[in-house]
Amino acid sequence: MNEIVESLQPRFAGIKPRESSDHPAIQCPVGFILPLIECLRDEFDYKLLSDVTAVDWGEEESPRFSVVYHIFSIKAAAHIRIVADCEDDENPSVPSIVSLFPAANWHERETYDMFGIRFEGHPDLRRILMWDEYPYYPLRKEFPLAGIETELPDAEIAEETRAKVLAAPMMGGPFVAKEGEPMSRSEPRAKDQSWTEWSKKTLEEE
Amino acid sequence: MAETKEISIGDMGARAGSYHDELQGEDMEINVGPSHPTTHGVLRLLMELDGDIITKCEPIVGYLHRGDEKIAENMTYNQFVPYTDRLDYIAPLANNVTYAMAVEQLAGLELPPRCQAIRLLVTELARISSHLLGIGVYGMDAGAWTPFMYTFTEREKLYGLFEELTGARFTTSYTRIGGVARDVPEGWLQRVLDFCDQHLPILEETTKLLTRNRIFMDRTEGVGVISKEDALAYGITGPNLRACGIDLDLRKDRPYLGYDQYEFDVPVGTTGDCYDRYLVRAEEVRQSIRIVRQVIKNFPDGAWYAEDAKKIYKPAKDKVLTSMEELIQNFMIVTEGPRMPAGEVYFEAENPKGILGFFIVSKGGGVPYRMKIRSPSFCNLSILPKLCPGSYLSDITVLLGSLDFVMGECDR
Repeated sequence: MNEIVESLQPRFAGIKPRESSDHPAIQCPVGFILPLIECLRDEFDYKLLSDVTAVDWGEEESPRFSVVYHIFSIKAAAHIRIVADCEDDENPSVPSIVSLFPAANWHERETYDMFGIRFEGHPDLRRILMWDEYPYYPLRKEFPLAGIETELPDAEIAEETRAKVLAAPMMGGPFVAKEGEPMSRSEPRAKDQSWTEWSKKTLEEE
Repeated sequence: MAETKEISIGDMGARAGSYHDELQGEDMEINVGPSHPTTHGVLRLLMELDGDIITKCEPIVGYLHRGDEKIAENMTYNQFVPYTDRLDYIAPLANNVTYAMAVEQLAGLELPPRCQAIRLLVTELARISSHLLGIGVYGMDAGAWTPFMYTFTEREKLYGLFEELTGARFTTSYTRIGGVARDVPEGWLQRVLDFCDQHLPILEETTKLLTRNRIFMDRTEGVGVISKEDALAYGITGPNLRACGIDLDLRKDRPYLGYDQYEFDVPVGTTGDCYDRYLVRAEEVRQSIRIVRQVIKNFPDGAWYAEDAKKIYKPAKDKVLTSMEELIQNFMIVTEGPRMPAGEVYFEAENPKGILGFFIVSKGGGVPYRMKIRSPSFCNLSILPKLCPGSYLSDITVLLGSLDFVMGECDR
């Protein structure tokens, strides 16, 4: 399964096979992302970029962010997964692959939007799903599910209506048991029962 | 009010050069959407026009962003099934199936043949339903109202079948991890066959209204041509990619659910224009009916869920109420979620709109650590800044109609 990885290893010192149960996977240092993906595209026929995304391994972990690429080869009808760990946990960044795959443009913008990972060399790195002025990165692990109270995107409307983007009233949900905990604590209880729709959650508790 | 300018007419030929700049006018900026019938949802296009010709197009997406990926990290695998209905809400059954299969691949679960056949059947019915909407609405975008009426009548019949099977017309939530919610009702398969029989003539009638319709052809032929290279580079998938002449259909190339057991053709376009995209969809409906008939002909018996997956699929209700072991099993699956091993999995399936992919990172337990949804509409729309410049503003309606996207899936 990992023949590709083995044949690439002499050319790109530092890449390693990554544990995977489905597709061949490569653990790649950030510096090799561009040449490696270019090589896969031109020499191994991985021509369809399926997906670019990231994983946040949690605030305590280092490296905290991994960027994950999935590329598809039509000839072999197979995927390959490339994972690069961002070196800096505070200001994560990886090189952009828009020059190789225009499809990466929106994927990278989305990853930047959700995780705050900068893609160096991206032609137009703006938020895509959230509005431009949004101050948080919603898919980071410390971001609460309910959301955080924020100003409306349009200052004029905000002033007129005095409305804000509010956290969702979830009555302290979500109602799921946490994985790996003993039975007594695994019942579907609210994670935080101190607030409801009627008694508002205070900001300190976030 | 704009200032009125006086232009002396005289010898126009001689003056044409010198007055050129004055007569040129300004580029116009125009917003289409986010709430506009052309955009089939809440897509917003910010366009710059030179006269009637688009010079720049910037799609602005995200108006329907609900944070599905964040939600997925906070609930058990089965609880997320209803959220997949709301991705591509034109074909919820296909999303249900793709999602369940992604999670099952993480668990390394093999499904019994009957379960696979049921899933394949509902996926194809969802494809028919989605393409019928695609064709009908596309015709309407191009000014042909009648096909829309025909296809919606047909979709209504499909909704009836879905309701009988799943209990819901629209938001079906039919799959569970390790199987489906319930077996097919008695006589349902025959009713699906009846639908196929009576649908084909109506489909022919509907497509007759479009395929050789002079006005429809004039509006779509040669409009919005996507080259093979561009289609690949921008990650276009599904009927839109096949219309460009690239023969990529995961049902054939990476068969899942036993697609390799059935005979069907993959229609491929030649020019990649709006007309080809219509032809490909229309033919895919016929092929789907062909598959549906084959599936029902050899419909396997047996269980409709993985019987050995005791920690994943909930036991039958009557057993839960009478047997201790099943009661505990039921309790554990409801509270903690299905037991999954740690690992990473990326699964893609050929959905009506294109390739839908789920990337799931699990640290074990019943809740995913991270789930990314690779939605076909998101990728298909990313070509608009490249595709639109140079075409007429009035072509935008057919162009968007031919791409057949769903914003619920694009924005997630």
